[in-house]
Amino acid sequence: MTAGMVIIGAGECGTRAAFALREAGYDGTIALVGAEPHLPYERPPLSKEAMTSDAPSIKAIADAERLAGHRIDLKGATTATSIDRANRSVRLADGSDLAYDKLLIATGSVPRQLPLPGLGSRSAYLRTFDDALRIRRHLREGVRIAIIGGGFIGLELAASARKLGAAVTVIEAQPRILTRGVPGEIAEVVHDTHVAEGVDIVCGDGIASIDDDGETVRIALASGRSIDADLAVIGIGAVPVTMLAETAGLALNNGISVDARLRTSDPDIFAAGDCCSFPLAIYGGRRVRLEAWRSAQELGGLAARNMLGAEEAHACVPWFWSDQYGLTLQIAGLPDEGERTIRRDLDDGAFILFHLKEDGRLVAASGIGPDNAVARDIRLAEMLIGKMARPDPEALTSPSVKLKSLLAA
Amino acid sequence: MSDWIEACAADDIDEEDVIRFDHAGRSFAIYRSPEDEFFATDGLCTHEQIHLSQGLVMGDIIECPKHNGRFNYKTGAARGAPVCVNLRTYAVKVDGGKVFIHLGN
Repeated sequence: MTAGMVIIGAGECGTRAAFALREAGYDGTIALVGAEPHLPYERPPLSKEAMTSDAPSIKAIADAERLAGHRIDLKGATTATSIDRANRSVRLADGSDLAYDKLLIATGSVPRQLPLPGLGSRSAYLRTFDDALRIRRHLREGVRIAIIGGGFIGLELAASARKLGAAVTVIEAQPRILTRGVPGEIAEVVHDTHVAEGVDIVCGDGIASIDDDGETVRIALASGRSIDADLAVIGIGAVPVTMLAETAGLALNNGISVDARLRTSDPDIFAAGDCCSFPLAIYGGRRVRLEAWRSAQELGGLAARNMLGAEEAHACVPWFWSDQYGLTLQIAGLPDEGERTIRRDLDDGAFILFHLKEDGRLVAASGIGPDNAVARDIRLAEMLIGKMARPDPEALTSPSVKLKSLLAA
Repeated sequence: MSDWIEACAADDIDEEDVIRFDHAGRSFAIYRSPEDEFFATDGLCTHEQIHLSQGLVMGDIIECPKHNGRFNYKTGAARGAPVCVNLRTYAVKVDGGKVFIHLGN
């Protein structure tokens, strides 16, 4: 009898991997080990719908019936504490062992900790549903919320808090918000929208000290300004969870280091999702670690197929989105690969930036607009990026030219 | 409601494309396939209630503009994560250059 497949991490990536194993025809046992007590759930709503709902609930990726139907054995509220690579076995926190034929590590990431003392019961990070509930309890008309970090988590949370009538201050150490991976032109639209919605955004100012006495959080900025809040939420990025891999002696490199087939330095162990870095083929093998919902799904599926011997290399284009107020931003590819930018204006103030190499190759596209105004063009751009196309710049800037027509060319 | 409802002119939809049609408080998506046939489904994705009409039609697939959930718009079948609930479809006919959909019961 074979040992079966073991997946550590029951987030988007691990859960999708479990289903992908079944979809690929795997018939053996599948154990899915999750640290949280909930059914596997989608994280994107935590800063948005769950944060504005009167009765937040998880949006399950799969309910118990569907898990059972696919014979996925969810072991919740437990963690893996060590891997015995020689005997291909994983030890869980309760002392039990799980034998594996192939192991997938999909342990995700956790919020980067603010390297300062002084945090307390009115200070929070947002990663899990329980974190979201803790923050949600404080959000109401007139309450003062300080958000440390002008990234996606912080800004989506700011929009949700404003929707509920809270007074919101966002503090960003960099000269502008969204410095990581978002072009300035798009960050500016996001910034202006937040200001118009009443958010106070402080950029280019660091945190000198923070003092949370359990009722009020006093934040002293480097400039000398002081901000008092009823709740401080810290969103300054995420760090990959690699402890298990590290103690097992697996190679690390900005997370768990895997090859294009998501194999770690041990051929029986794969890693996928936020916890790993991998070479991105469309950019000549540039090593990246992606913290995005769709990437987690794609990597989970790819890892599953390769655990079954598919030998399939990663060939996806990174993509993510963010919703704030009525705006949606979408980015396909990594804009920092671009050497020049051209712009396509759509209706209702929506626009797309195409990021090109000097030789005309399209390497990324970023767009922002009301609802899903940019979605179709970004999707088509993503396909052009994947084909390493050199589309006619004139056509890209003309909204009357359908991008679909470029795809056929 | 068992009548045929006039939704749009056939020329309103490009080949391999989709438009939104709202009727009696409901939203529908009407498709023209690459083979120049017309189809209709519920207008909102079964995953997070997003209007599919802003999505991309590729062959016989409609892809949700939000999270890339896919459906075969001819049958309504969900075709991969994150969607797992099928889309309801409606009968369509073209008469005199107009597209009609049949809402059934």
